[in-house]
Amino acid sequence: MPFIPHTKTDTESMLRAIGVDELEQLFDEIPSSLRCSDVNGVPSALTEHEVGRLMRERAAMDGFNLSFLGAGAYEHHIPAAVWELTTRGEFYSSYTPYQAEASQGTLQVIYEYQTMMASLTGLEVSNASLYDGASALAEAILMAVRVNKTSKSRRILIPKSLHPHYIEVVRTITSSQAIDLVELPYDRSSGRTDFNVLQRYNNEDITAIVIPQPNFFGVLEDVDALADWAYEHGALGVAVVNPLALGLLTPPGHWGQEGVPIACGEGQPLGAPLSSGGPYFGFLTCRKSLIRQLPGRLVGRTLDADGKPGFTLTLQAREQHIRRSRATSNICTNQGLMVTAATIFMALLGPEGLRRVAALCHNRTVSLVEAATLIEGVEQVFSASCFHEAVLKLPVSAEFVLDFMRDKGVLGGVPLESWFPDFDNSILVCATETKTLDDIAAYVALLRDAIEAAGARS
Amino acid sequence: MTEPLVFELGQAGRMARAQMPQKEVLTGLPKNLLRSSKPCLPEISELDAVRHYTRLSHRNFSIDTHFYPLGSCTMKYNPRGCNVLAMLPGFLNRHPLAHQSVSQGVLSCFYELQQMLSVVTGMTAFSLTPMAGAQGELAGVSMIKAYHLDRGDFERTEILVPDAAHGTNPATATMCGYTVKELPTLPDGDLDIDALKVVVGPKTAGIMLTNPSTLGIFERRIEDIAEIIHGVGGLLYYDGANLNAILGKTLPGDMGFDVIHVNLHKTFSTPHGGGGPGSGAVGVNDKLKPFLPTPFVGHNNDHYHWVDSSVCSKSIGRLSAFMGNAGVLLRAYVYIRLLGNKGMERVAEYATLNANYLMTELSKVGFDIAFPARRASHEFTITLKKQAKDKNITAMDFAKALLDRGFHAPTTYFPVLVPECLLIEPTETESKETLDQFVAAMAEILEVVDVQPECLKQAPFTTSVRRLDEVRAARHLDVSYEPDEIKSS
Repeated sequence: MPFIPHTKTDTESMLRAIGVDELEQLFDEIPSSLRCSDVNGVPSALTEHEVGRLMRERAAMDGFNLSFLGAGAYEHHIPAAVWELTTRGEFYSSYTPYQAEASQGTLQVIYEYQTMMASLTGLEVSNASLYDGASALAEAILMAVRVNKTSKSRRILIPKSLHPHYIEVVRTITSSQAIDLVELPYDRSSGRTDFNVLQRYNNEDITAIVIPQPNFFGVLEDVDALADWAYEHGALGVAVVNPLALGLLTPPGHWGQEGVPIACGEGQPLGAPLSSGGPYFGFLTCRKSLIRQLPGRLVGRTLDADGKPGFTLTLQAREQHIRRSRATSNICTNQGLMVTAATIFMALLGPEGLRRVAALCHNRTVSLVEAATLIEGVEQVFSASCFHEAVLKLPVSAEFVLDFMRDKGVLGGVPLESWFPDFDNSILVCATETKTLDDIAAYVALLRDAIEAAGARS
Repeated sequence: MTEPLVFELGQAGRMARAQMPQKEVLTGLPKNLLRSSKPCLPEISELDAVRHYTRLSHRNFSIDTHFYPLGSCTMKYNPRGCNVLAMLPGFLNRHPLAHQSVSQGVLSCFYELQQMLSVVTGMTAFSLTPMAGAQGELAGVSMIKAYHLDRGDFERTEILVPDAAHGTNPATATMCGYTVKELPTLPDGDLDIDALKVVVGPKTAGIMLTNPSTLGIFERRIEDIAEIIHGVGGLLYYDGANLNAILGKTLPGDMGFDVIHVNLHKTFSTPHGGGGPGSGAVGVNDKLKPFLPTPFVGHNNDHYHWVDSSVCSKSIGRLSAFMGNAGVLLRAYVYIRLLGNKGMERVAEYATLNANYLMTELSKVGFDIAFPARRASHEFTITLKKQAKDKNITAMDFAKALLDRGFHAPTTYFPVLVPECLLIEPTETESKETLDQFVAAMAEILEVVDVQPECLKQAPFTTSVRRLDEVRAARHLDVSYEPDEIKSS
């Protein structure tokens, strides 16, 4: 009983107070036919020392490679203070701030977070976060359908240049809501959403169009043109953006003539470790006029009985615990702890730090692509500008190259063929600010060796 | 004292220089894609940030600082060892798309976690990807739907939910395209089976139940309910919010449930983090196994591997970009290894002991128990109907008065069918002394109700802010800071 404080005397006196003889009697309302004898399929207890050894052994098997993987999860430097502060027990072990007066720390952090995310995306309102980027997009699409009352089609244009997992998640979550998801192809030469194909929808009822920036290939879309198209054709623009890139790039609220009214994305680059894919957090921001259709928790500033400012959850009538089957979403919690980390991360970097990190990420990838494409047969697949990852086409089997590099401790990229069958031997490679020019030189040398080895093999 | 907003602390040009990379000249980005205005982010030193967020942390009640008997939330001690071991660099640095050959460490943990959760719930298979209880519910009800459609049964349009259920249950059923039928509760707290018999039929896709129910009592006729639902071809969904009460004592699979979600952030003690991240792992019996959300972990020839939708053609699909809240799963894994099989049973025993003791002692000092004839599970409900009627002191007033006495409040106004209620869940990690102190505080508040009720209306007095004006918050919406110069322009 590692965490149960009761002594034998405690237990006996408590049982006596209740008026029963033994612990078993407390379960006498469970029909005897349903009682189970044991759960011995679970192993016996270990001490913290023993489980510590086990976990260290397992952790040592993973995660110590030089990684050039991106594809929706990005390695960044996280200031030491971020998780030192975030794992303080007062943040770590508190609950959703239902008792506002006892939760001002968490509530103020979320209010600061909402301010930062709204400003970063160029919109007015942010919720307190959602689960992750992919599920945030699903919620953003459902929100767009509720908001765009002039559209009857429930048809959403979703670019094929979006992360394939995001498209899968959107399909899973919205599958029962009669949403018509139409995939928009990308231009094979630039890597951007194909504007010519988009023109075909000029005279159709489109509820919303999803606009990624950058897209899954790292390519920067012509967001002004896409946002203008949406505005001119009565469709809501829903931006899916990398928040770290927004330190540098035009925010969705300022795209085109009118901006787009809804933005969402994956918050991981803002202080969340890679950690096998989670916990991360999704963000969702919008124009103030749409606030009542925003799903998820929202913190507002108000006054207390003495007239002093304080914070509380607000507009809860949108939510499931009040409105039950008529809520805007079934979502209950946000990703509070991740938001705490992100807020501290953004506070430490500030506008200048965020800009510098984003710029360095971009430059590192440019350096990598320039050096890699000097290798004979290695080509950059798309011509449009990239943010911090790019697609490289290899002259030999991508699988062989990646295996070869991995054996030398380098994770060389994400193979694209399983998602995009016509991208045989192509990899998505990412270099963030964490990679030095020496790392990049080592990567390129190893890539050259791998390609030569593949050539020698054939 | 008010803590300023982080934006009010800085000076233009100040920065945490240790975190700044060198300034770069940008290569090759078109000007029209670059942002022209600075985002509203703080310009502060590292020490400014550390002090500000440390001071903010002091404004929270938490398990680490206070008794936190929030009903339905299982606020037990979150062992520090779980956190430290889940944050080993090897785990934190692992990219979600890293090749399986350099991922055997985490994959083995996830595989074993799937197995252990199957054992303690009586299910056949688990998928760990849902990122919260509500997403687990979405996965579960989506699987029920997929099961019926797969059998060519298109007539089932209704999900049954008791009136005492968590709000997420009906909201989830709606998201899955079902009509919600609410079922009444009998005065003794059990589900009204006669009403159930009237409502079920060929339209019934399934029922969503929590057992012990949200009222804090065990649904004694669960076997009859299962028979009725299965009898009309429906399925049973188990909301695992209250699993802590029965761990190692009875298995939801044996009760007749076909699908379950487990709140790892409750029963398996991963932190609530100020409202997430949680985890709503889902388990199923053989009927629903083909529909599990992907990916999950498989095992053969001493090798762990991902199983994704390319293999599971009937899967409801993917719920997260990668595989859910992996770091939360690791914490739950460590917790289960620390407890072991016998520790599981002790959890239920001592959670139940603490709840029944607290219920008994509160009853002795004059509180009305909502279901006095019933055994408490790991939680119980008291009603302050009398105090509200006689003295106009509500459950909310009690909650605030408890904050002044150094206790986080229990859950208020839930379950909704008990008027002026407090739902109290002490958990197994609290000592008898703490429970006795809580009883003393509650008794003292009860005395104040008699002699000085107006004083309770003003509570709290000792927290960092006094009672907040929630109506004002909703009427004068202020959800982000605007620097004065922006406001005036």
